[in-house]
Amino acid sequence: MTKAQRRIAKGRGAAVRGAIGRWGATPYLFILPWLVGFVAFTLGPLLFSAAMSLFSWPVLGAPRFVGLGNYRTMLTDDPQFWKSLAITLKFAAIFVPLNLAAALGLALLISRPVRGAALFRSIFYLPSVVSSVAVAIVWSWILNSEYGILNWLLGRLGLQGPRWLQDPAWAVIAMVITSLWGVGTMMLIFYTALKSIPRDIYEDALIAGASPIQQFFSITLPLITPSFLFNLITSTIGAMQQLSLVLLLTKGGPLKSTYFYGLYVYENAFRHFKLGYAAANAWFMFIIILVLTGLIFKSSSLWVFYEHEVAGARKGGNA
Amino acid sequence: MKMGRAAKTLTYALLALFAVYFLAPFFVMASTALMTEKEAYSYPPRILPSALRFENFAAAWRSQPFGRYLMNSLIVTVTTTIGQVASCALVAYGFARYSFKGRNALFMVLLGTMMIPWDVTMIPLYMEFKLLGWINTLKPLIVPAFFGSAYYVFLLRQFLLGIPKDFEDAARIDGANEFETFARIFVPMMKAPLILVGVLNVMAVWNDYLGPLIFLNSRIKYTLPLGLAAFKGAHEMQVVPIMAITTLMIIIPVAAFAYAQRYIVEGMSGALKG
Repeated sequence: MTKAQRRIAKGRGAAVRGAIGRWGATPYLFILPWLVGFVAFTLGPLLFSAAMSLFSWPVLGAPRFVGLGNYRTMLTDDPQFWKSLAITLKFAAIFVPLNLAAALGLALLISRPVRGAALFRSIFYLPSVVSSVAVAIVWSWILNSEYGILNWLLGRLGLQGPRWLQDPAWAVIAMVITSLWGVGTMMLIFYTALKSIPRDIYEDALIAGASPIQQFFSITLPLITPSFLFNLITSTIGAMQQLSLVLLLTKGGPLKSTYFYGLYVYENAFRHFKLGYAAANAWFMFIIILVLTGLIFKSSSLWVFYEHEVAGARKGGNA
Repeated sequence: MKMGRAAKTLTYALLALFAVYFLAPFFVMASTALMTEKEAYSYPPRILPSALRFENFAAAWRSQPFGRYLMNSLIVTVTTTIGQVASCALVAYGFARYSFKGRNALFMVLLGTMMIPWDVTMIPLYMEFKLLGWINTLKPLIVPAFFGSAYYVFLLRQFLLGIPKDFEDAARIDGANEFETFARIFVPMMKAPLILVGVLNVMAVWNDYLGPLIFLNSRIKYTLPLGLAAFKGAHEMQVVPIMAITTLMIIIPVAAFAYAQRYIVEGMSGALKG
């Protein structure tokens, strides 16, 4: 369990009635659906896959206990594991910063006090509501190297467009471009954070003679760091698990240049039917995600500001 | 905050520029759907079709059992939405309005489930559903929705925490039992967040590709996204019917978004207050 989740779960006593135990089984009856579903569809499978990762588990025939053998094979005897991990990390390293920057930039733009901002907010969010299947179909057509509109536009500008999805050097970039189209969700999260900053802080700053750039760096940015943390974590986890777009756009090609980790696990399980091995692959990624999230949270005390701290600083710094 | 004329012009210029980026792919899709194959495969690319060939949609629709896929998508979307709304309302109410032993720990577990990567549980889930004889039926896509979903429970709980305690007290004085209090007093108050959960679920399930891909294997069971992806895989060079079906498929989520956008923005700010 992470710190922020603990923080969220704490301090929730206010709206709650009664002392512990006063209601007998009633509250448990209300949460029963989730409890049953949790055991049947999450906890059970989670423990089972942890156990599976210690077995050689073919679809037909009996599973054989191999201890940490799957993990050993993966780390020392499977070049594709390292390649897929590297491709995925590369994708995340390019996509996550771009996605965050784009989301924040767009959120700033739609929170400007101009008429029609709400319409643009809807337009920017629109791609986020369509299926990955639709996204992949539309973008593979736009990125098509022969008939696609993008390379034609680049040609008009005097540039020779690459072969995007057919070029091993460009396929990951093409995936980044396609994924960025769905930046709307994160934009909306930044937008709601920006909207919740009290106006009077800016008025104070204006009176104190702060320039718009100073205001951005000393007010806006610190105050939206909690949503920045949230977006950074969701974006990172999402990038590490990318699968549907890969399946739909490139199927891992060309020359396995987009053979993402998610696809590696998926094919080990559902194509090569190495179920125990795939479970080990999946657990390894789970551990990477936990470590990454943990590191981000650990660093967050250095750069995330919560409102009460800022409010305190403001009071102190009024002179 | 007042803006100067130059700042305003720059803002509009940027807004317009990005609007083109976000809308152009939709335009390309719809425009290609109305072209002849020859127009679609012309170079330089055509921006507009020479005529609005709406018959393309009917022809594309008939070329595959898309009617069947649509039916499957509708069944899954409607049933899961009922399941999620009902189960998440109950669970969120339990977490938000009662104090009980283990509540905070259980809620942390619930939040923690959102961090579990999809593929860790997918393999055992597949085996579990296989054991139950559910593979190649719509059940693996439908049944889990009746047991709540962490994110939706979280959203609803955030809302319920903000309601004063007087409501239960009044209901109890009137002699309502616990479930009646929930159903008659709280459910009507939860209309907005329940609509939000419903709409988010409609979009997620209607658009889902991986779930159907793993659990369904005969065409007759396919949902629309899976059917469309299979169609594209088999007929890579028929871009016109592919774009036609894509255009039709996105009508539902776009309409759901148009209907519910204020709930989405409000719901998100409600969730972030936590």
